[in-house]
Amino acid sequence: MSRAAPKLPVSLAANPRLSSWVKFDAKQVMVSPGKVEIGQGIVTALAQIAADELDVDIGRVRMVRASTAESPNEGVTSGSLSIQQSGRAIRQACAEIRQIFLAAASDRLGVEASALDIADGTIAGPGNVRTSYWELADEVSLDHDATPGAAPKAAARRALAGSSVQRLDIPDKVFAHRRFIHDTALPGMLHGRVLRPERSGARLASLNENGARAVPGLVTIVRDGSFAGVICETERAAETALGELRKGATWTGGEALPDESDLAAFLKAQPAESTVINTRLPTNIGAKASTLRRQYTRPYIAHASIAPSCAMAQWSEDRVHVWTHSQGVYLLRADLALVLKLPAENITVEHMEGAGCYGHNAADDVALDAVLLAKAAAGPPVRVQWSRADEMTHAPFGAAMAIEIEADLDAQGEIIDWRHSIWSNGHAARPGRAAQPALLAATELANPFPRMISSNPPQANGGGGDRNSVPLYDFPSWKIESHRLLTMPIRTSALRTLGAQGNVFAIESFVDEIAATRGEDPVAFRLRHLSDERARDVICAAATRAKWKPAPETGTGYGVGFARYKNAGAYCAVIAEIEGAEDVRVRKLTIAVDVGEAINPDGVINQIEGGAIQATSWVLKERVRFDSERITSNSWTDYPILRFSEVPAVEVELIQRAEIEPVGAGEAAHGPVTAAIANALFDCLGVRVRRLPITRDSLIAAIELAS
Amino acid sequence: MPSTRFRLNGVETEIDADPDRPLLDILRGQFGLTGAHFGCGSGECGTCRVIVADHAVTSCDTPLWSVAGKDVTTLEGLGSADRPHPLQRAFIAEQALQCGYCVPGILMSAAALLMQNPRPTETEVRSALDRNLCRCGAHNRMVRAVLRAANEMATP
Repeated sequence: MSRAAPKLPVSLAANPRLSSWVKFDAKQVMVSPGKVEIGQGIVTALAQIAADELDVDIGRVRMVRASTAESPNEGVTSGSLSIQQSGRAIRQACAEIRQIFLAAASDRLGVEASALDIADGTIAGPGNVRTSYWELADEVSLDHDATPGAAPKAAARRALAGSSVQRLDIPDKVFAHRRFIHDTALPGMLHGRVLRPERSGARLASLNENGARAVPGLVTIVRDGSFAGVICETERAAETALGELRKGATWTGGEALPDESDLAAFLKAQPAESTVINTRLPTNIGAKASTLRRQYTRPYIAHASIAPSCAMAQWSEDRVHVWTHSQGVYLLRADLALVLKLPAENITVEHMEGAGCYGHNAADDVALDAVLLAKAAAGPPVRVQWSRADEMTHAPFGAAMAIEIEADLDAQGEIIDWRHSIWSNGHAARPGRAAQPALLAATELANPFPRMISSNPPQANGGGGDRNSVPLYDFPSWKIESHRLLTMPIRTSALRTLGAQGNVFAIESFVDEIAATRGEDPVAFRLRHLSDERARDVICAAATRAKWKPAPETGTGYGVGFARYKNAGAYCAVIAEIEGAEDVRVRKLTIAVDVGEAINPDGVINQIEGGAIQATSWVLKERVRFDSERITSNSWTDYPILRFSEVPAVEVELIQRAEIEPVGAGEAAHGPVTAAIANALFDCLGVRVRRLPITRDSLIAAIELAS
Repeated sequence: MPSTRFRLNGVETEIDADPDRPLLDILRGQFGLTGAHFGCGSGECGTCRVIVADHAVTSCDTPLWSVAGKDVTTLEGLGSADRPHPLQRAFIAEQALQCGYCVPGILMSAAALLMQNPRPTETEVRSALDRNLCRCGAHNRMVRAVLRAANEMATP
């Protein structure tokens, strides 16, 4: 039997220089991932992998923040791919580095490499001979490319992977040590604020600067077309000056917004690019007895990071240094280079932690704001922080979706054909991927770039609006179609799960409805249509743990939801227990998840719990509000999220599979939780709500529709 | 500029500043104390909460004049890595956060709760934290951590 030649993991193949990943210095190991910490705990999991493979104490591992100055380019930290991409690269690179050092130690000590052991970085052999990574570091060069030969340790020999090591960043965060970009002050730093119109795409017709000029501490006012901002000595002065500038501004034009009360009609009426995502051709299916068609919608959803986006920039002649909480330092740099018309080498983009972003929020936009203001300051660093209102109205949103599913059923009510159609804006308009920039201020300059219409990643990368639209169930035939809008009155880009939340909500609601019509238990129905053992296992585990199905009780309902994220990532099944009356309350979510090898089990559970609670918030509360002129949900009052007293109990069962390559957990729960809540509502009240969010209003509308 | 006197993390303090300025601005600006975070500027999210006397208040909409003569405690004054408050120990033990940006305000709300009610029920903890927002979904871990700290404080 022939074996395929071993290949390097993708991130290592793209960044093969070993020294770009690992350096040894002063009894420490510096590990440089291209992925960044966004509250998901990735840095700790990657440190575990490195410590394991190198046989050093995790306390010696220093995780270096990503920077275009020297980090590997791993694109963007998104899509639950950091363990898959960075984790595999670090594991492979460290395995080879370990071998290289063992060979060097063998030469120095005169002992066969196979007789040497490594413990906490000390390499020792028979007769008490010893050296260490640090002793050998001067004579061992890692300035060469990785080769695919080195074999990482077998799962059973890993000491740290698979254990719930405490996160490295948490002590700093509870002891108020400065870790966030928001808390960092550079010497001589000035403060900037940028003026934004209420109406998207409006042009600055005139600007009376007198009020702002009178503010003590004003350094300068910056204007380039419709981009206008202030630079001041203090943050307080910048806020005041911005307020004055706003009073002096008149705006013209701007884009009209669609009718918020009928998003499906709007989405379906727009010019679109239509793509057949997947088809399964019918093979000898039975005769059609009936057809069932349902439409599901989800609204625009805000990332609504708890911190307003923030960045710092400092120019020195024609070079600029940028500090950012962007998810992709190289991608941001590429867009900055386009806007500034500078070679990328002149721009250094360095990551610092921000609050959780949950996708493409305003992190990149504020970085360009800071760069443009700092250019006018010509020397001192300038820090820019968005307002809460700008964060809620000018950052990209997760795209609204209309999803229609139609199924042909035979005389026994079995599904014989399945058609799934999606109408939605694209779910990705991230920087660094096109010939034009995706950054907000780029569209406001005197020589503006057009606003980038969001697109969808290809199915091979998990798709966008079509993510998770291909059923995992063994239906005999199907056709999946996606209609991506070519207009974009409301700016959209990547929000956690992209289209998966909407698609899983639709599929799992529809499947549930068909099962109910047949009088079949919804768990049994799913299992009967699933041959994938890992899929069956998570459903059975969640059902068993939730004691499916508890005896009916007035006012209480139970529902199930399942998906494998991107059809290639983590498996997740959820049983929701809800109370339904005038208002819906989610009491408990019982979840089973399979991510293959869980590097840090508690980290996986934390991500699943967080995803489940955030999804509950999306389902019960969240909807970007707007009138024909402007986004109106510009505060936490107008864009409420789930509060402590409303948060359900969440139980997570992790199915460990140490022998299977690990995948991420950050987005696995959203779709299944959404569907499980909707299905539990039906169990409780006998009503199918097909329009998110599930509020008192949408519940009443669904009851009226049903009667 | 009028001066305002108050005790900041146990230390008598006097500052010359516009008394209408938000306390948060003074703490982060003049004092360089970045424990309390800016989140919304209108008292809605709670990440800026500090304890004034024995209540957790949103420092972003608390004017400086209103704390004259009072005790103000920020996260920096709650405890340190060398001398952690039981809540800080419990948040580490329960790994009770994801991004952690909301945590300063949550720790201060919890600390104020435990000052007033040393043995709260889970419902009381949730109610006390209800005006703090967390976007990552770490709520249940935080509630467990507060109960753990309360338990630890009650059994010396």
